[in-house]
Amino acid sequence: MEKELRSPVAQRPMNVEDPVSKTGIGAQISVELNGVKLKVDMGKSILDVCRDNNVYIPTLCYHEDLCIAGNCRMCMVEVEGMRTLQAACAFPITSPIKIKTFSDKVRKARKHTADLLLSEHYGECYSCVRNNNCELQTIARECGVDSYEFGHVCEPRFEIDSSSHAVIRDMDKCILCRRCVRTCIDLQEVGVLEAINRGYDTKISTFMDKPLADVICINCGQCINRCPTGALHANDPSDEIWKAIEDPTKHVVMQTAPSPRAAIGEEFGLPAGTSMTGQLNTAIKRMGFDMVFDTNFTADLTIMEEGTELLNRLKKALVDKDENVKLPQFTSCSPGWVKFIEHFYPEKLDYLSTAKSPQQMFGAVIKTFYAKEAGIDPKDIVTVALMPCAAKKFECNRPEMNSSGYKDVDYGLTTREMAKMIREAGLKLPDLPKTNFDEPFGDASGAGLIFGATGGVMEAALRTVYELVTGRPVPFEGLNIDVCRGMKGIKEAKVKLENCKDEFSYLEGVELKFIVAHGTANANHVMKMLIKGELEGYHFVEIMACPGGCIGGGGQPIPTSELIRKLRAKAIYAEESTMPVRKSHENPRIKFIYNNFLTDGPGGKLSHELLHTEYVKRGKYIE
Amino acid sequence: MCETGKLLRNEFIGELVKKMGNERKSLLPILQEIQKKYHYIDEHSQQVVADLLNIHPVEVNSVISFYAFLYDAPRGRNIVRVCKNIVCEFHGSKGIAKALSDELGIEFDQTTEDGRVTLEYANCFGMCDKSPSILINDKIHEKVSKETALKLIRELK
Ligand code: SF4
Ligand code: SF4
Ligand code: SF4
Ligand code: FES
Repeated sequence: MEKELRSPVAQRPMNVEDPVSKTGIGAQISVELNGVKLKVDMGKSILDVCRDNNVYIPTLCYHEDLCIAGNCRMCMVEVEGMRTLQAACAFPITSPIKIKTFSDKVRKARKHTADLLLSEHYGECYSCVRNNNCELQTIARECGVDSYEFGHVCEPRFEIDSSSHAVIRDMDKCILCRRCVRTCIDLQEVGVLEAINRGYDTKISTFMDKPLADVICINCGQCINRCPTGALHANDPSDEIWKAIEDPTKHVVMQTAPSPRAAIGEEFGLPAGTSMTGQLNTAIKRMGFDMVFDTNFTADLTIMEEGTELLNRLKKALVDKDENVKLPQFTSCSPGWVKFIEHFYPEKLDYLSTAKSPQQMFGAVIKTFYAKEAGIDPKDIVTVALMPCAAKKFECNRPEMNSSGYKDVDYGLTTREMAKMIREAGLKLPDLPKTNFDEPFGDASGAGLIFGATGGVMEAALRTVYELVTGRPVPFEGLNIDVCRGMKGIKEAKVKLENCKDEFSYLEGVELKFIVAHGTANANHVMKMLIKGELEGYHFVEIMACPGGCIGGGGQPIPTSELIRKLRAKAIYAEESTMPVRKSHENPRIKFIYNNFLTDGPGGKLSHELLHTEYVKRGKYIE
Repeated sequence: MCETGKLLRNEFIGELVKKMGNERKSLLPILQEIQKKYHYIDEHSQQVVADLLNIHPVEVNSVISFYAFLYDAPRGRNIVRVCKNIVCEFHGSKGIAKALSDELGIEFDQTTEDGRVTLEYANCFGMCDKSPSILINDKIHEKVSKETALKLIRELK
């Protein structure tokens, strides 16, 4: 099920086939790196060899998630015998060479390159979101830039595009590395950004230079995570949130998603994969939020609703032989994915579960159920959602998301913005004591927690659906459904339903088949399979718009890489394995809310009003 | 654009793609044909081309913006390009440029109000040995004087 690359040959990653034997003739090449003799694998790039041997090479356009572009020329090195300097990232080693990475020529050229980039870079570091985490700034320091040798622009050339709820484009800070272009076209297959014009006039643009809000951007924010500078950043609502906190008439409620807590430590210098759940709760309370709830509670709720919907669809298909029922059912908790399907496959929207995402469910529950329980007028409640995600900012602003009678979620805040607020409050997150989430929602189940990693929703849903149907826990060692885990682009698995309970006898012997995909390029591939009829016999598909799932979301700390995403996922799975409750339907608060509030059960009338939604057929043509 | 306009373009582009294939390499010839017929490549057409070639509209836009001879906004019926290479300049292209601009009452990169002529600079036609040269639509005119240039312009419909 490997996806075919649609990018032109020139933009594909270099691939030199592995030799038959790693040690045979021609498999290894002798090179000399700064005078040190090495044996390296045939076809490795100079950059990779340097990194393997702890030789640092500055890079800007290179990103390990993306194909090689070789356009910034920051990584130049000297290869003996070659007239010009070579780009280390784009030089596969195929013959014995001698490389120098810091000769006089190299250092001078690098400094010039940096100076040239800066000569067109309008921006001041101390007023920039990326201050202290900017690759351009780092390079200026590392290349010893001490004056603007080729001048420096003093006037902005572009207007800042802040039309989008999710991504702000400040093209004066853009260095034209085209990482965003490669992210949007190759990694996400959305294709919003491209370089237009030529030479000095080149700039990164949307279709016909329209505001980002008017083109088919799915708000995933992946371009932000890969931009080396402050040219792309998220639309930050923290000022308004501070204002709400200061306002004594407002009851400010925070819900936190599982992924930020696995990543926010990175913003405070901790290694990737350090879980900060308890410390984060303390920070949020100390900052003046009135309540902090765990989005995992509504993740559990999502499982109940989505699971019930799946069982209903299965019943309609198998018992009533209803031909209009759409299977497989696709998950709907990733707002980037929802917008993707609305744009690119509007005719397939019926396959999407109608359940809202956990964020929006919580918003609706807080302003109805919680407001009543706590005796607070919902108009005085401000709900903030801490999310790893840029698309959640768009989602909470969708006009239909007001089933409580108010805007269900007032603000979507990213992990990076939360870290900024914590720093503003003068708190040292890693040193804080741990506290639990507030009642009445308390601690959720582990099933909700693993929503953060790709495959998590599937795993959580299976634990519940299997047990609802058969009365037994899923037949996997320690409830860990390993086939759902890991970073493979498209994963596939099945479970057989046997000895079902009486009311589910129609499922007896059915083999439940499911697919997990992450990153919209993979989602696109799955949709093409659906259209070709290759998903016949499948029942459930989990899609996350971001590579790696939410832990790799567009609002997560920068940088990102496969390794970082894996470490974050590991932190989530590790925390989950120790949780007392690991199945959504066993969460006592879930039972409570269905007994006392959503009394007509999952998929009932009130659920439909508050927890389900409708989609917009957007299409990909824009006026 | 009105619905009929869109339908006409859909049909026209559909035919082109059928003829030239739906691969990336067909992009430039298709764009050239569209421009030949409609004088520029409008937003809708760009999206249709993208759709049929399975690429993104912004990529089509990027290609159009890269090539000086492709337009994404309306231009005049006739395009007059004056070479601004140094050799033509030695042979008096500046004077020709000024004469044309005065005659038409427009600056370079502008179109006359009636949509008859657009004036543009070009970087080099490769005609330095016969300079100064100007390009009117597809036809190159060599060793032009101010007078011949004006005469040529006046004849344009
Ligand atoms: S993008 Fe980087 S170098 Fe530019 S102003 Fe921001 S921090 Fe400074
Ligand atoms: S947010 Fe996502 S869809 Fe939008 S421009 Fe960035 S990468 Fe593309
Ligand atoms: S916006 Fe950022 S990622 Fe895109 S080209 Fe500019 S600097 Fe690179
Ligand atoms: S990092 Fe090698 S050219 Fe940009």
